[in-house]
Amino acid sequence: MDDSSRIWRDRILPGATGAFMVAAIAMVFLVVPSEREQGVVQRIFYFHVATAWICFAGFAIVAGASIRFLMTGSEGADRLAHASAEVSLLYTTLVLVVGPIWARPIWGVWWTWDPRLTMTVVLWTIYAAYLMLRRLGADDDAVRRYAAVLGVVGSLTIPFLFLAIRLWRGIHPAVMIAKDPDAGLKDPMMGWTLLVANVALALLFAWLVWLRTRLIRIDEQVAALALERARA
Amino acid sequence: MRGLDYLAAAYTAIWIAIFLYLLAIGRRARRLEREIDELRRQEPRDR
Repeated sequence: MDDSSRIWRDRILPGATGAFMVAAIAMVFLVVPSEREQGVVQRIFYFHVATAWICFAGFAIVAGASIRFLMTGSEGADRLAHASAEVSLLYTTLVLVVGPIWARPIWGVWWTWDPRLTMTVVLWTIYAAYLMLRRLGADDDAVRRYAAVLGVVGSLTIPFLFLAIRLWRGIHPAVMIAKDPDAGLKDPMMGWTLLVANVALALLFAWLVWLRTRLIRIDEQVAALALERARA
Repeated sequence: MRGLDYLAAAYTAIWIAIFLYLLAIGRRARRLEREIDELRRQEPRDR
């Protein structure tokens, strides 16, 4: 790795992530107005929605990198798919933990088998299986290929997740796509806060994926070297 | 203020999860450093 990449990874990316995260937290807690009906608890929305959007993007990266690995055998693409799946699963877990905390005071229940919520659990399960498969057969090329296929197939869930609100009647709101003039973000600051939260969480995602990709590469090199020494 | 406890719980959960993940990455990095040190120590004996 050259010096400029190292500066990006160790200084610029974590610095920018920290700055945007502080800005996002300040906007959520100090600047943005509370929504009239839900009150202060609606402020969960900014990080809940941002983590959901970025986990979808992350799983799309897994699918793209997996296709590249299957077509070219690129080790770098395989590492990117693995790292991206792990960080995306962390974000999906956050969506599934934070969502019920918001749902309890608004819907009156922690959980309901709404189509979008159910599809999110399906997505989480597919990529948890993907990571377990990778952990069990890390050295086996065939297992890596099976995992890549699962990485691509799993991403097909995402369009259904977006369409779940339109296809099946559920109670999960569609804040950003609703045609109802009474729906959506009323105050421009709400839109800005959502944007800053998205940038902060996207930068955090990029930094974590970068760190994990590097660790996976070093792990592979150490394992190969240890095997070589053991055979010598 | 209604719902403040839920708001605090949600953001605390987010930060705890991110902190635990960073901690896990740090532990993996330290394990790898130990393995690399071990391999380096073996090197002079091989030669």
